[in-house]
Amino acid sequence: MAALQDKYKELIDAVNTSGVTGAQINESDGVLHITGTAPSADVKNKLWDIYGKIDPNFLTGDVVLNVNVATAVAGAKVKVVTDSTNLNIRKGPGTDQPIVGKAAHGEVITLVGKANEQWWLVRTNDGEEGYSYAQYLTPVE
Amino acid sequence: MQLKRMLPAFVMATALAVAMPSCKSKPSDADIQTKVQTAISATPGVSADVKDGVVTLSGLVGSESDKAAVETAVNNLKDAGVKSVVDNIEVEPAPAASVAPAADALTQGVADATKDFPGITATVSDGVITVTGEIEQSKVKTLKAALDALNPKKTDMSQVKVK
Repeated sequence: MAALQDKYKELIDAVNTSGVTGAQINESDGVLHITGTAPSADVKNKLWDIYGKIDPNFLTGDVVLNVNVATAVAGAKVKVVTDSTNLNIRKGPGTDQPIVGKAAHGEVITLVGKANEQWWLVRTNDGEEGYSYAQYLTPVE
Repeated sequence: MQLKRMLPAFVMATALAVAMPSCKSKPSDADIQTKVQTAISATPGVSADVKDGVVTLSGLVGSESDKAAVETAVNNLKDAGVKSVVDNIEVEPAPAASVAPAADALTQGVADATKDFPGITATVSDGVITVTGEIEQSKVKTLKAALDALNPKKTDMSQVKVK
């Protein structure tokens, strides 16, 4: 128990000191589970940077880091953070759903709501509305 | 004189008395069939043929235990004249549907999360995501974050080759 928490001490300290709400840090079956809601996308990114520094490329698999961003609420502006490609906007929440539109890499669109933590309902400035994968969207502060 | 007249009757009676038990120990196949039929009636789908006291069972049952139960029931009819049992009953194969469970939410989530990573394969077993394949270093964080967001027990990327 202590070994994992020692290894990821810097990450745990960051979670506890950077305003993450509802933070839970549990260890089960040799995996440290860290969940909570970060006050901003910057804080979430900072946590991931610390995690990546301790476990390069995240290959060890002894941490599950599941942090949401508090500002990702209905009405918020979100930026498309794909690698370089356009982001698909789909009719429903799932990759099996038909594509009804695209948002460009770097484009700022509106978060309308959430089907779940994976699929967000978004609207582009052109008025295209549908579901996009949340990992490619980050709130703009 | 009276004794002489009674002698044939006495001989006949003795002959009958001797003949009776041998008759009893050798029931006809038809008699055996009747008893066997009763014994196997509890298990639908099974039929029996009797020849010289040898019972041949055939048909189709739902399980091995049904098959064994019928065979035992008929074997217990030794007193009724069953000499032996040939069990040709076949057991119906179990339906294949129970082998493949429906894809659960985590499996679906993993499929969605890994769609944009062509070199990556991820499988789900007992809440643990196991990832294999090759990925560019710049995309590792996005992949790991997407998988961790599905709340797995573990995201095992130890077999992933980072380019």
